[in-house]
Order: sequence, then C-alpha cells, then structure tokens
Amino acid sequence: MRRLFAALATGWALTALANPFPSTYQALSSTGTLITNATILTGDGQRLDQADLYLNEGRVAGLGESLNVPEGTLIIDAAGGWITPGIIDVHSHLGVYPSPGVSAHSDGNEATAPVTAEVWAEHSVWPQDPGFTRALAGGVTTMQILPGSANLFGGRSVTLKNVPATSYQAMKFPGAPYGLKMACGENPKRVYGGRKQAPSTRMGNVAAYRASWIQAQRYIRDWEQYEQKMAKEQSSDAEDNGNSALAAALIKPPKRDLELETLAGVLQGEIIVHMHCYRADEMLTVLDMAQEFGYRMGTFHHGVEAYKIADELAENNVCGALWADWWGFKMEAYDGIQENIALVDRPANGCAVVHSDSDEGIQRLNQEAAKAMSKGQAAGLDIPPERAIRWITSNAAKSLGIDSQTGTLAPGMMADVVLWNSNPFSVYAKAQQVFIDGALVYDRDNKALQPVSDFELGQLTGASR
Amino acid sequence: MKAKLLILILLVGAPLVAAQDLLITNARLHTQTDAGVIESTDILITAGRIARIAPRIPTNKMIRIINAQGQPVTPALFAGVTVSGLSEVEMVRESVDSSYSALYTDLMHPEFDVRLAYNPHSSVIPITRVEGFGYTLLTATRGDRSLTGQGGLVRFDGGYTSFEGQPAVFIQTSGSSASKSGGSRVAHWMLLQQAFAEAAGDQDAELLSPAGIAALNSARKAGIFVFAADRAADIMRVLAFIDERKISGVVHGAREAWMVADALADAGVPVILNALDNLPADFDSLGSRLDNAALLHEAGVSVMFSSGETHNARKVRQVAGNAAANGMPHSAALAAISTIPAAVFGGEPRGVAPGARADLVIWNGDPLEVTSQAEQVIMGGIPDTMVSRQTLLRDRYLPENPSLPRAYLQP
Repeated sequence: MRRLFAALATGWALTALANPFPSTYQALSSTGTLITNATILTGDGQRLDQADLYLNEGRVAGLGESLNVPEGTLIIDAAGGWITPGIIDVHSHLGVYPSPGVSAHSDGNEATAPVTAEVWAEHSVWPQDPGFTRALAGGVTTMQILPGSANLFGGRSVTLKNVPATSYQAMKFPGAPYGLKMACGENPKRVYGGRKQAPSTRMGNVAAYRASWIQAQRYIRDWEQYEQKMAKEQSSDAEDNGNSALAAALIKPPKRDLELETLAGVLQGEIIVHMHCYRADEMLTVLDMAQEFGYRMGTFHHGVEAYKIADELAENNVCGALWADWWGFKMEAYDGIQENIALVDRPANGCAVVHSDSDEGIQRLNQEAAKAMSKGQAAGLDIPPERAIRWITSNAAKSLGIDSQTGTLAPGMMADVVLWNSNPFSVYAKAQQVFIDGALVYDRDNKALQPVSDFELGQLTGASR
Repeated sequence: MKAKLLILILLVGAPLVAAQDLLITNARLHTQTDAGVIESTDILITAGRIARIAPRIPTNKMIRIINAQGQPVTPALFAGVTVSGLSEVEMVRESVDSSYSALYTDLMHPEFDVRLAYNPHSSVIPITRVEGFGYTLLTATRGDRSLTGQGGLVRFDGGYTSFEGQPAVFIQTSGSSASKSGGSRVAHWMLLQQAFAEAAGDQDAELLSPAGIAALNSARKAGIFVFAADRAADIMRVLAFIDERKISGVVHGAREAWMVADALADAGVPVILNALDNLPADFDSLGSRLDNAALLHEAGVSVMFSSGETHNARKVRQVAGNAAANGMPHSAALAAISTIPAAVFGGEPRGVAPGARADLVIWNGDPLEVTSQAEQVIMGGIPDTMVSRQTLLRDRYLPENPSLPRAYLQP
C-alpha cells in the first residue's frame, strides 16, 4: 500500500504508516547446529540422500556432504531420519476458533454484515489455543490464520510463526504481507439470504464484491487527489509567501475508512487475496473480476473443483490450497476427487498447496500430502516425495508471499526445519525435532521442549487415581 | 516407491460359469482370526464364501484367478459409524434422513429406524467401497431428543436391505447435546430412566408411544445401546446405567475413556473412538490424547474406530494407522476396523476363515498406511468394478487437451 501510505503520510494519519499492531517476534535462542546423515527434501523439488544440514544464527547455513562447521557446533545424528522445511499451513483457524470450541471462543466470523474487510483476524487470536502446540508436534512452523467464510469479504488474515507466546504480536511473522479473506458461493448467500438480505444468490455475491471494489477505487482516487492538492499548494508555497500554507491547511483529507483501506491494499498489490471458492465456474468468474479491477488473485482455498481448471489457474499464477479428500458436506463440494491436488500440480506453473482448515488436519499435513501424492501416483502421475513436499512448504510460502524467507532449505533462508524419524509420507512418521529460526522449539524425546498452553495446565488433577 | 500392483483377472474357460468362484493366489493374508497373518497363501472362494485357505491350491480351469503378488489381503473394512445411504449431501437437508427434530409429538422415539431410508444407490457407497470398505454402522444422528433413534450394520454390496446384526439404539449423554432436552445432561438421564421404566411397565407411558415401547423392549432384549459420551464421569454413569438396566451397551466418542479403562474392561463394554482426537475440544474432552486407543486396548477393552465422517468415511483407515503409530498393536488397530464392529453389533464374522463370506480387499501395501490403495475389493466373492462417481470424474479430467468439451468424455 505504498502509494496510499505516502498519501496518508502527507496528512494527519501518520499512525497508518506503521503497522499499529507490529510484530514483536523474536527468535528463541539457538546454537549452531549440524544435522547429519539425513534424507533432505529441500522443499523446492530436490532430494539429497545421506546429507547434512547446517543451521547457524537462525538461518540455513549449508547443506550437502562433509560441511565445514566451527568448533562448538551442536551435532545431531539424524540416523537415517528425514529433513524437510518447516511445514506451512496456509489455512488455519487456530486461535480464532480455538479449543475448547465453546461459544465464548467463537471469534472467527464477524457474520453481522457481508462485507467486513475492516476486521483483522489477529484481533481474535487467542495465543493459548492448545491447537498451536499440537500443530507444532506435527512440524508446523508457520500458519496463516484466516477469518471464516460467512462473509464476501471476511477481513484480514495474519501469518504467524508457531512459537508459544502471550500475544499474537510475538508470533507475527516479521514482514509477512497481510491477506484478505474472501468467500464465494454457498456460505455468504446462505448466511445473509437466510436473513432475507443481500446476497442471497451467487449473482448477488458478485454484485456485492464489485460494488466494494468500486468504492475502494474511489477511496484511492480521493486520497490521490488530496495528495495532489497538498503537493500543489506546498510547491506554490515558496512563491506566494505562505498563503498556500494557509490554503493547504484548509484542504480536508478524506475520512479514513478501515474497510476501504484493506480493499485498497489489495488493489495496490500490498495485500494478497485468499478466496474460499469451491466451484470451477465461480473461480473463473473471480479471475475475470480480478482483471476488471486490476488486482492479482492470490490463492483459491478449498477449490474442490480446481482440477477442472488446473490450466487456467496455472496460466494466471494462482495457487490452489486444497484438501486431500474432503467432499460432499455441501452441494458445492459434491465433485471433490482425491486427485485434485495432483492435477492442480500438473501444469508447468501449477501451484498446488495442501491446507488443513482443521485443528486435526494441521497436525498431520504430511499425511494429507501423502494421501494426495499416492492418489496422483495411482492415476499415473510422476510425483516423488521431493515434489509433493512443495505442497506444504515452498508452494505454501509462495501463497503467503514469504517464499523468499521460508519454505525451502537453501543458504540464507530462515532455519525453519523439521527432523522426521522416517519418511514423512507415512502414517507412522513423526516429527522428532522442530526448529524455528534455528531454535529447537519442539523435541519429541524431551518433555522440557514440549510447550503446554496455560489452558491445559492443571486440568484433570481433581480425581485421585 | 512401491511398485504398482498389477492384478490380473484371468478368465480361463467359460466366462459365465460360477461367477462367484474365485481363486486369489499369493496373498499376504491378514485373517484377523487366531490364524494371524499367513504369507504366500491362496484363498479359494466358492459361492461367495471362503472355501479353502492354503498355499498353491490346484487351479480349476473354470474359475477366475487374481494374483495378489504377495500383497496384503484383509477383510473388507468397517467404515465407522456413518449415515452412508442416508445423506447424499450433508447440507442439502432434503437429501438427509438420519435425524428427527421438532416432531409433532413430544415423545422419545426409539422406533425411529434410519434403516427405512437407506439408499444403496447413494454415490457415497461406491465412493467408500472402492477404498476398501465393506460395511458400516448406520446411525441415527443428533436431533432434539436424548434418544436419537436406531440403526444397525449395513453391508456395502448394493442391496436394498443388506442389514445385519442387532438393532442399535443411539443415546446422547453429553452436556453439549443437552441444550434441547432441558439444558443439562441430568435431563438426559432423567428422561432415559423414565423411558426405561415405562418400557418395563413400571410407569404409565408418557414418553413413549406403543411402538416406542415395543422398540425399546426389543432393543433391551436383543439389541445394543450406543451411548455418546466423552467425559470420564459420563462414561462411568453410562456403565452404571448399563449395569442397572442389564442391557448391552457401547460407548461412542470416548475421548476420556483411557481414564476409566479398567472400569470399561471390567464391564466388558466396548468403545468406538476417533484415535485422532487429541485436543480439549470442549470441557467434556479435556483428557483427549493420541494413545487413548492403545491404553484401552492394553486394559482389555474392545476398541472400534470411527472418523465421525460419512462422505470421507474412508479416513477411518488413517485413524487406525495413527492408532498403530501411537502404541496400538497393528493387528488390534486393523481389528478395530474389520472384525470387532461386526462381532459387537451381531453381524456375520469378518475374520477370513473357511465358511466366512468372502468380503475381502487386496491392497498394494500395508492396509493401515496412508499411501496404500485398495487395488481390488471383493464383495461376496464378486470382484467390484472399482468404479465410483469420483473415479469417473477423475478419468474425465485426467486426459490433457481433449478435442471436445469434457462432457463428451464418458469414461
């Protein structure tokens, strides 16, 4: 939102320049670590057998064989284990629909109006959700927390590092772009149509999206015009001995609008669209709409019919964040097939992502990817593990706009790493150790390195046993 | 990568002779009986039943042969507690028949039998079957009464009335399910005690119709009661009720069952659980943990699995795999989705032994592994076509650049 922020900066709203809820994330302390004798899936399609991985100062510092490391480096013998980048879930409601799922905790859908682009998921995140710790035990190092799909524009998402913290700010992935949750299809029209208000149809959905984008365009123009007027007065200031300064002070800035700020952020390429959309025809409508308003469509989520338009998605550089096997729970999920992910992955530029949308699924995204991989293989597609791992690492990072920082194991990348006890594409595989920015944040063999949320502390101690 | 199993269905001789006669050769047979796992065995099937299990059974030239190539063969699996054939699309209300609420009476209706609505043509059934599943427990799902109705086992052979075993009556006991029956789980027990007293003739009928009394009495004598309960304290209450009323019962949900494993074992009450439940989903399940199944099995409790899903019922295989990955013996995890549910609910025995019905699956790997596929399902000795609405959608969209719109592609 550089242009908009520049406009704001000339006026009164200096606070809008900086994020009002900035990340305070700091990596836990780490020591230089060399993991040896592992099968490494780098996350970008490569596989290294019997290789070593060196982590130093929070970054991947080397991978390959016989690495030179300084004295004092902690050496972990993986003993035939597997290493992958930290797992990334692009679709989670941890924190906003936490456990226990009591109504007092139901903070994921501001289902009071179909357009609530002004809400931010992070303001609902409960950092004590025990689900975060379970996801960590499954190797998840980064998650996007999204608002729900009741609304056409559900609000901003937030990308978190999966570290235990007392605030979401301390989990916020530094520099990760915001996302905007949007929703197609049945949910918005059911929620609002059921209340006899718009939208109650798919055409009502599209009309309402477009009306909002038109408002956002107007908002950007208003701010630009304001900025131009101010600039003009300021530049003429020198010539008219300060009269213009007086005039400039009389130019009123447009009223700041949180909803339109977020939508403008999308139109200006600063916020990534994550859109809940099941049916192929609706996704194609959305691609046309993105063209109409000049924004880039980021990722379609759920997309159970994405396989029908895999080529169009790839041509438009759009990711599909998908389930391995969910289908049939609603009409727009009727055509789900288990080869969906493999087929979206097939075109040259395909960006298939395995997502969870589930506090259970997020704990075993490796198994979800394994199911999708094996169904693709059974259909005759050549998908080795080093390719399939991209679906929960580098492709997921690309979907979130953080692929230059995490999602692959290459020198200089964040040392977000999972050491598995065996091939992760198996029901029997377990994340043995999990590193975030080089710090060991989970160790299956060491209780002292298994975080427990405040909520779970001291439960079930009543009955004497 | 494991090599893809090539199954040859050889038709030697006349194709139409004795379609149900079949020889499976070179199988790694998980009998799920005391015979355990038998390597490199042949399985002869005649008239839809297992005739013989032995190495190198001489070939009758007139029967079909499937070479299992050393891969696992198991009983056709249990899909869990589902509404298969009762729900085409979960949120399309008119396609769902598994629950009742706001009925014109204020009664409890144990006679509400979901089997009356069972539709074997539902797309859900072949979609589930081709993944290696041969049967399920049809359930009456939560409506607005404590007692949600009755169901029972059904076999996925496509029959309209392929029901087996005893009637199973489903009862809610949890706090969250109490909102429509008084706002307290106490009300569940109050109403249930009264209904049982009415059925026994100890009280005037106020909660049950004559049909309800007949249904409840029939279930008391020859049926089984499935109590939805997660909290350890609720499970103990269920055990007390089962004991008081001298009925047979099962605990479904059972997230904190490990805490009362010995009591369950002593009472001989089996449990149906989801081995993936490890979060405090609510205040009834603070004790959820991944080794619940392993601990219960170790204590001697009969454990069955259910994923809680119908459309994705096939996920229960992953549930069993995760139980095995978290301390449950592999054979017990497999039994939990093959033989035990049939035994508990009075169905035909699922163990692979001479005389047993030939509902089998040939896998291309460990049947509990997520990367394994069911290569061939056999129901009553007949190899399944392995076609479902989803395999057809796959085959329609798999070819690249078709010359005509895909609607013309009818695989």
